[in-house]
Formats: sequence, structure tokens, C-alpha cells
Amino acid sequence: MQWGSLAEFFAMGGYGLYVWSSFGATALCMGGEVLAVWRRHAAAGNRDGL
Amino acid sequence: MSATGINWFKYSSPQAFHPLAGRMIPWFAAAAVGLIAVGLYVGFFIAPTDVTQGDAYRIIFVHVPAAWMSMFLYVIMAIWAGIGLGLNARPSFMMAQAIAPTGAMFTFLALFTGSMWGKPTWGAWWVWDARLTSELILLFQYIGIILLRSSIDDLRRADRASAVLALVGVINVPIIYFSVRWWNTLHQGASVSITAAPTMAGTMVTAMLVMMAGFWMYSIAVTLARVRCVIVERERQPAWGKQASIPDVAEAR
Repeated sequence: MQWGSLAEFFAMGGYGLYVWSSFGATALCMGGEVLAVWRRHAAAGNRDGL
Repeated sequence: MSATGINWFKYSSPQAFHPLAGRMIPWFAAAAVGLIAVGLYVGFFIAPTDVTQGDAYRIIFVHVPAAWMSMFLYVIMAIWAGIGLGLNARPSFMMAQAIAPTGAMFTFLALFTGSMWGKPTWGAWWVWDARLTSELILLFQYIGIILLRSSIDDLRRADRASAVLALVGVINVPIIYFSVRWWNTLHQGASVSITAAPTMAGTMVTAMLVMMAGFWMYSIAVTLARVRCVIVERERQPAWGKQASIPDVAEAR
């Protein structure tokens, strides 16, 4: 493990903005897609779960 | 009849496939969550800082899997489209329809995370390089296929038209893949290939491949969930006179 503190981890050696934007966008897109399919599933009236 | 005693053709009907897909989703979803968690752990806590790129290189743990999925999903979508056209099979068209949005999303993510990596490393958010340009074209192809489908009311014509567009466009996938070899691109060559040793440290490759596997499982789970929506939406055509649910239709047949 190369991180001395939590702040160091979030700073990502000065590239924090780029690294966290990338992972954040990926999480938002994938999470958003799951949510969208979930709602579409409910709207389609499937009786059982996903 | 196959040797295993399972009649696989049974599952080529949407009514039989719908519950089967429902049973498979939790397994793929659980695998996706587990693999992505392990991939993130290895990527952030075990893989060392890169000597030349610093910690900006960690972006590849989402960038490379997203870019690979964007191409894999396109090929799989085109294969389903081709089977649909060849056998006139409705479930194949439904699979192609269900894959397109996920493929488009991963293409967008590949471009977005690539630009997040390009700014600190190359000094530019975007360059009109062969790899980047052909990947942008792939995004337009996905969007075109989705829009073409939604612009045609007749489902059979929508299926066939979008399948033809998907099949013709598959030519772009090898262009994207080989662009870094065919042209002198700013984008680097493949980091991992079957024929040569990886050009990265072992733990870095491990993190990337585990994330890759996680994205595969995610794609399968979300595509199966979407194809179930598509099946129900389509089977509820006004031709049946009432809002028929899948079990109702299955009984009626």
C-alpha cells in the first residue's frame, strides 16, 4: 500500500481530479443504467423481480 | 435433441427465455459486483504508482475495460443482428436491441475516461488521432442504430433495418482495434496482447483484467434485464386486444 493518509489517497499524486472524474463518471453511468432498466422493468409490468 | 437432454430450441421462444433470463441475472450481477470490488481494491491499493505517469495511469482500470466492452458488445450485437436476419428470429433482434444502449454507454465512457487520461498525459483533452476518431464513429454508429430503430413504427421493419445498419458498421471494429498499428497514432499500442508479454507490471494487468471480467458480467446482467423488458413491451402489442402479460400469452399458446 502506497498511501500514507486518506488525503494522499484522494490527491492521487496530483491527478485526483482526472482519476476521480473517470471513476465517478463510470459509476454514474453504470448505476444510472441499472436504475433506468429497473424503472423500465417496473413500467413494463413484470410480475417477478429483475 | 441434444445429448444433455435439454431442448435448447425451447429457449429460442421469448416466452421461455423470459423466466430463464430472470433466473440468470442475479448470478451475473453478483459476479459483476464481486469482480469490480476486487478489481478496484487491487487497482487502488496493490498496484504500484507508475514511474512515468504517476497515479494518472489508474484511469486505465476503467478506460481499457470500457473500450474493450464497446467493441465486444458491438460485435455481439452484430452477430445477433445477423442471426436475426438469417433465421428471421425475433429473439435475436431483441438481443441486438437490448445490447445497443449498454454498448453506447461503454463507448461514451471509453471516450470520456480517455480524455481524462489524455489531458494530464498528452496535454490535450482530444486529438483527431485514428484510434480516437474511429472510437467516436463507433459512438455515432450505436446512436444511429438506436435512433433508426425508434424512428420506425413497424417492429419487423425496425428490426431488419437496424440489423442491416449494425452488420454494415461492424467493419469499424477491426479499424479501431488495428488503428494503432496501421496509422502513426498518438494513442499507444495494445498494453496486453495474446502474442506478446504485457508491457505493464503484473498487479496492474491483474487489476485491469479483473475489472474487464467485472464489466463483462455487468454487461450480461444488464442486457438480460433489458431484453426481459423488451420481451414484455413487445408481447403487449395492441393486437391481443387486452394488456396480456407473459404468463397469459404463454397459456394462450
